[in-house]
Amino acid sequence: MWLDHLFEICDESICLSHVIEKVACSEAGALTVFIGTVREWTAGIRTHCLEYQAYGPMAIKEMKKIGDEVRLKWPGTKIAISHRIGLLQLKEEAVVVAVSSPHRKASFEACEYAIDRLKETVPIWKKEYTEKGSEWIGGTR
Amino acid sequence: MIKVLLFAHLQEVSGRSIIELDSVPRTVRELKEQLEESYSLPSLRGTLVSINEEFARQEDFVKSGDVVALIPPVSGG
Repeated sequence: MWLDHLFEICDESICLSHVIEKVACSEAGALTVFIGTVREWTAGIRTHCLEYQAYGPMAIKEMKKIGDEVRLKWPGTKIAISHRIGLLQLKEEAVVVAVSSPHRKASFEACEYAIDRLKETVPIWKKEYTEKGSEWIGGTR
Repeated sequence: MIKVLLFAHLQEVSGRSIIELDSVPRTVRELKEQLEESYSLPSLRGTLVSINEEFARQEDFVKSGDVVALIPPVSGG
């Protein structure tokens, strides 16, 4: 739907191997992948499904900024991020972050940094459909 | 004219995804006040604003032709 070479917002299942391929290279000795999935139980409340919405063009821009930050902090890393929008069922993959680097420490650290930053700056929102009802998260909490 | 894009609960509460404003407010702060008053939106105190896909500050100026978005606290991932 919205796509830069390394960063993507899509409305269908994320192709994990495709995201990994974007960062795989012969200079890398490590490749870390974080996959955010739909969890059933949160603080004792049962989730049925999640809906994600994005401000697509800006979300891509903000993900590119995260990529710039990562490459500056951990030189030699490559990073790709794909985030899914629309309705997702339990266990489905909402986001994939892949980072490669010459050595493993940088790829672990950069991967964690990137998903933390995504949750702070990228204009994407989730709506939880639970046994208690439905609610957009963030806007009202 | 400026376009204001709405997302998440703001879209649901107002029943619309775009608001078009003819009278252009001066600053982001004034824009938020105008929207709260005229479009029965909930408080926009915790809502950030982007101008042309870049985060803006309260005192930044909005001009005719800008695409503005109301960005409630994000919850991706």
